[in-house]
Amino acid sequence: MADEVVDHGRRRFLTVTTAAVGGIGVVAAAVPFVESWQPSARARAAGAPVTQSLKKIEPGQQLIVAWRSLPIFIVNRTPQQLATLPKLNPRLVDPNSDVGQQPAYAKNETRSIKPQWLVMIGICTHLGCVPDYKGKIEPEPFDPNWQGGFYCPCHHSHYDIAGRVYKNMPAPKNMEIPAYHFIDDTTVQIGVDPKGAA
Amino acid sequence: MSNVWSNLGDWITERTPGMLPMYRKHMTEYYAPKNFNLWYYFGSLALLVLVAQIITGIFLTMNYNPSAAGAFDSVQYIMRDVEWGWLIRYMHSTGASLFFIVVFLHMFRGIIYGSFKRPRELVWLLGMLIFLVLMAEAFMGYVLPWGNMSFWGAKVIISLFGTIPVIGTHLVEWIMGDFLPGDATLNRFFALHVVALPIVLLLLVVLHIAALHEVGSNNPDGVDVKHGVKGNRWSPLAPADGIPFHPYYTVKDLVGVGFLLLIAAFIIFFAPTLGGWFLEPDNSIAANNLVTPAQIKPVWYFSPFYAIVRMVPSFMDTAVWGVIAMFGSIFVLFAMPWLDRSPVKSIRYRGRGYKIALTVFVIAFLGLCAVGTDTTAEVIPAWFGDVDVTFWENLFGRLMTLLYFGFFVFLWAYTYFGWETTKPVPDRVTTHD
Repeated sequence: MADEVVDHGRRRFLTVTTAAVGGIGVVAAAVPFVESWQPSARARAAGAPVTQSLKKIEPGQQLIVAWRSLPIFIVNRTPQQLATLPKLNPRLVDPNSDVGQQPAYAKNETRSIKPQWLVMIGICTHLGCVPDYKGKIEPEPFDPNWQGGFYCPCHHSHYDIAGRVYKNMPAPKNMEIPAYHFIDDTTVQIGVDPKGAA
Repeated sequence: MSNVWSNLGDWITERTPGMLPMYRKHMTEYYAPKNFNLWYYFGSLALLVLVAQIITGIFLTMNYNPSAAGAFDSVQYIMRDVEWGWLIRYMHSTGASLFFIVVFLHMFRGIIYGSFKRPRELVWLLGMLIFLVLMAEAFMGYVLPWGNMSFWGAKVIISLFGTIPVIGTHLVEWIMGDFLPGDATLNRFFALHVVALPIVLLLLVVLHIAALHEVGSNNPDGVDVKHGVKGNRWSPLAPADGIPFHPYYTVKDLVGVGFLLLIAAFIIFFAPTLGGWFLEPDNSIAANNLVTPAQIKPVWYFSPFYAIVRMVPSFMDTAVWGVIAMFGSIFVLFAMPWLDRSPVKSIRYRGRGYKIALTVFVIAFLGLCAVGTDTTAEVIPAWFGDVDVTFWENLFGRLMTLLYFGFFVFLWAYTYFGWETTKPVPDRVTTHD
């Protein structure tokens, strides 16, 4: 044994290939464990559309419904509230909704299908809190010139009554508008696009 | 009788010959510098709190139910119905905050006496890893009671990963196992909090101590005791300025243990929530994904880092910058051994610029703590009346953020370009006889 010549090239080749094959095996074995953290079939199935009647929402009122466990804000906007929208443009990050935070059918001044009805995912685009509805056009502690909208209690981002974010806030984008459509004049379905829309 | 015991001792030693030498190496013949001061309590105290957290934690799991439907109620059950359950839970919740107090002071000790410097870089790096794992452990533990602050804290912290471009949204769903924090999230956090991370933590602590005992402890003078004058009353080969860890420092540490337990007992019995600082009022309300608490603020020990997220504004359509800055504020500490190039370890012999910079750093850390806990949001209107709170809070918080990072930049430049005028370091510790 002792006088056998050691073939170092062969030994290194075997070491490297053994390690490589073993490494591939470890990575392959890790896949099921990593994938087990994905949302389960049950969690994915829970994301069905939600239907909501609008009859009992008074002008200026907000209703929050859950869709996919997300808070969906439905606001019956008054003409006074809608009148603030064009005035606020210079104070907003994305007044024309150029960033893709809404379906094409809601890319307009009011960010909605019908101007009166705001349907929006009530989640701050900063870190996912639910902003408070501060709909009244009156001085607030955080803004003496408040024009009505949404105020995030977590990091104090301000949004207008169409969910458009003010400049110099922690939040980077306007709040997201979900896919929704009107089944009839007073009933909305969240999670499904209007017929004909992409 | 004594014969029986010594026979038993011999019997064990024959079968595990390594045990006694190991005990001697780390206890009776580990020669630590004789000039340790108050700052040197916090290492052993951190170990004490770790053990306390593990014991109280094990007993909490016996009655805790890790499900979105049952978690909140099971914690109320522990508090009201389980015999002494309230005490065990308050020990655990108070222990969490005390852990961070002790660890922050332990880290600060390392900074002022240059304990992170050569040859102890690895000790520092392992310690920083412990700190990182401890933060994850504390965060996941905070989620388990499934109060409203648990839920929203989880949502906000997990959303930090959502700011990462391209993979962000998917990553968040992967961490939560759902579209919102729920059963899946709670269960995996429970598994990590009670099984996976404690094991990692214990392993890192063992490595931290092993690495320390290999190079030897630093001391308030920053003097190299191990390679200095030899010969003390225990051994002619041992460092002259070293004394055996056991019994000298174990006895000294016992005083610290008594003091810490006294403080802990006072908090546990008289102020378990510490006015909302250790346990937040909103967490006494069950988790509700449709109602955000009026104020979402992290527990105090995360607040300085969290304040940095808030203070960095979004630009280029993304909020990722604040998250990068927050992680950066922790990771920059890993680089301390390479940022601080001063040959002098201890603050006692360092230049005035260093002392001023360190003071500013401490102020910045506490200032960020004030921003993160919303203390500034309360204090500014109270002190200055009708002013634009957001503006002044942002101005203050951004200044503190700049000073926090500025410390590291200054420290590097100050020591790299040799601007520091140090005092001569003595050959032996200043209190030797």
